[in-house]
Amino acid sequence: MLNGVGREIPVDISGIGALRTYQKVTANGQVKNLQRSKERQRNPERNKIIESIEAAVRATGLRDGMTISFHHHFRNGDHVVNMVMETIAAMGIKDLTLAPSSLSDIHAPLIGHIENGVVRRIETSGLRGALAQAVSNGLMNIPVVINSHGGRARAIASGELPIDVAFLGVPSSDAYGNANGYSRENAAASACGSLGYAKVDALHAKQVVLITDNLVGYPNVPFGIPESQVDYIVVVDSIGDSKGIVSGATRYTNNPKDLLIAKCAADVIEASGYFADGFSLQTGSGGASLATTRFLREKMIAANIKASFALGGITQQIVELHEEGLIKKLLDVQSFDLRAVESLKNNRFHHQIDAEYYASPDNEGCAAHQLDVVVLSALEIDLDFNVNVITGSDGVIRGASGGHSDTAAGASVAIIVAPLIRGRMPSILDRVNTVITPGHTVDVLVTDQGIAVNPVRQDLLYNLKAARLPVISIEELKAKTDRIVGIPEPIQWEDKIVGLVKYRDGSIIDVIRQVKKE
Amino acid sequence: MLYVPGNHPGMIRDAHIYGSDAIMFDLEDSVSIKEKDAARQLVYHSLKTIDYGCTEVVVRVNGLNTPYGGADFEAMVRAKPDAIRLPKTETPEDVKEADALISRIEEQIGMVQGTIKLMAAVESALGVINAYGIATASKRLIGIAIGAEDFVTDLKTSRSAEGIELLTARSQILFAARAAGIDALDTVFSDVNDEEGFAREVRLIKQMGFDGKSIVNPRQIEIVHKLFAPSEEEVRKSVRIIEAIGEAEEKGSGVISLDGRMIDKPIVERARRVLELNDAVKNSYILAR
Repeated sequence: MLNGVGREIPVDISGIGALRTYQKVTANGQVKNLQRSKERQRNPERNKIIESIEAAVRATGLRDGMTISFHHHFRNGDHVVNMVMETIAAMGIKDLTLAPSSLSDIHAPLIGHIENGVVRRIETSGLRGALAQAVSNGLMNIPVVINSHGGRARAIASGELPIDVAFLGVPSSDAYGNANGYSRENAAASACGSLGYAKVDALHAKQVVLITDNLVGYPNVPFGIPESQVDYIVVVDSIGDSKGIVSGATRYTNNPKDLLIAKCAADVIEASGYFADGFSLQTGSGGASLATTRFLREKMIAANIKASFALGGITQQIVELHEEGLIKKLLDVQSFDLRAVESLKNNRFHHQIDAEYYASPDNEGCAAHQLDVVVLSALEIDLDFNVNVITGSDGVIRGASGGHSDTAAGASVAIIVAPLIRGRMPSILDRVNTVITPGHTVDVLVTDQGIAVNPVRQDLLYNLKAARLPVISIEELKAKTDRIVGIPEPIQWEDKIVGLVKYRDGSIIDVIRQVKKE
Repeated sequence: MLYVPGNHPGMIRDAHIYGSDAIMFDLEDSVSIKEKDAARQLVYHSLKTIDYGCTEVVVRVNGLNTPYGGADFEAMVRAKPDAIRLPKTETPEDVKEADALISRIEEQIGMVQGTIKLMAAVESALGVINAYGIATASKRLIGIAIGAEDFVTDLKTSRSAEGIELLTARSQILFAARAAGIDALDTVFSDVNDEEGFAREVRLIKQMGFDGKSIVNPRQIEIVHKLFAPSEEEVRKSVRIIEAIGEAEEKGSGVISLDGRMIDKPIVERARRVLELNDAVKNSYILAR
């Protein structure tokens, strides 16, 4: 049989099967879409661009009961969630599952959408502010599901949490959807650096809508999200408030207690047995864990030790060590300040990674499992070393699971830094109010008044004692605290479950109940 | 010696964790008039409740010529800090008056006489002139200190980076302390962010001969310790000197020599002091042991 260019092609070949022959005129109409090419030449910006969020929502076919997602790279400066949800609510769509990578104070308007039935269910890493308070008071009929960053990526990739439409705010995009967290053409007002969490949604969501306030020329390379994953683009006036997105610089803490803890954490790293040339590290957010890098820097210079990579949320502190040559490579899932954004833009070995690569427990390998040392904060820790980073001492949700359990499980040494006492509340309890990270993955607790080592890590205990660090048992640390502040009254809970905490593998590690009204 | 305002519960609770050799809870200038009673109660109960370990605890009370001084003494002797610090000491009589008052309270509550030590801060020209008299006014006295802020005001000048305005006062206080056989403590350096300026001042006062420095922020502790710490070489040499004496005493030989040099009494004294300092710095390095 002759095909479209006049060649004789058999209908069928044994071992391969039926052949589909080339046709001159394709099903789409023309071989070469001349009309479209002309249009593109005249209006290069018209490619995937849709005139409004409402039109984009309509184009995706979003309807009642579907799952939509957002990312939290704009942190508390985000305008995208509220903008999109307002449009969806006005269109009368109901019963949605909201699956953002996290939520902050600025998302309080979601309370109204929940009350009106627009949002039926939420899966997130964290909740803060009025929304968190309302959820803790029993706002929702179905409990909020709390995922770790790695756990969310795993759930989305495996199809356990299918996303129908992802609405992803991006600080720069071309008309075809090559998008990034900064711009090479101009200084994007809303630059957030890495798009690590959004990349997972872009890859796996059935439909992807980019929302940008900064349309740039094609092709917008390098990109965090490629055009091949993008369906529609909406250009709006503002996707966020730059002040809330990143701070100019994460400043070193001056709090003497944070510094004391940080210094001690650096001593622990030095003595741990993992402080060798080529080691890898991650520091969580929080004054003491960030400040640890300052003291570690001196030790690295003195011992002529260089780290092979730093992982996770990247900050100015980490960037400085990279530019000094002390950390060879940066794997950035989330950039915390402008210095990190600038570095991602300019430093060749500052690399943007997605959340699956970062911490998913269920793929062929994630960077978190390559970590030697991670330094993490905690709201509460108990005698079994279980850590709570989500509910406050009043039982109300006020935090995020984040990468806490992922990196604790992955790192060879997971160090928790916390002051013994916050305000009048002890940090060490018999049992934490909510378990985010199980104690068997936590190795060392560093406080302002001593270090406790998880008894399962006799090797670390031996090393730290040999270095003459002030190691005592966690029970003794707790007794020390209790002598000063006493033991707090237990929180009064209702029976109703308002939150389900998933461990990174998707199993339920704890539940959060409604706090009792006074 | 770390200054801690007597009206700040959080700071009082954690004052000892940073590794300063001494803490001074202040009831005087850092506490406003309307908080005097509250601060006195707070410090009293903190001293009764919190275990400050091996950190020396001092309380700066209000002067006996103020409406609060008497009550401060009554409460603080009972709270039993290591020492009470007298502010704005101008004459030996100021010290004697405080000494008598402490003695009366100690007797009243059945405390061993002389338990509570005294420190005196000199903060005026008159005080500097009377420094030796002050330093020898009481057996309880373990040290005198200079308080620079009030002193420069009294002198009608202000503090400079070089500290020339304090030179005479510092020297005078140091002489008085040495002559009386007690400690001499230097004043605070208030700009906590000027680490270089602070280090310069610490180097100066160490070279002058002061025993220590008053500080207003835990971040200053490490700088003082680093600068006051004897070098490894000094420590090694001192250990050998002390060993040589030990050996000589065993043998019963009167003349001691090391590496062909005779060791006389001042050298031995200095060696002892180096080792003491070394121990102090090491022990105060970090946390509860």
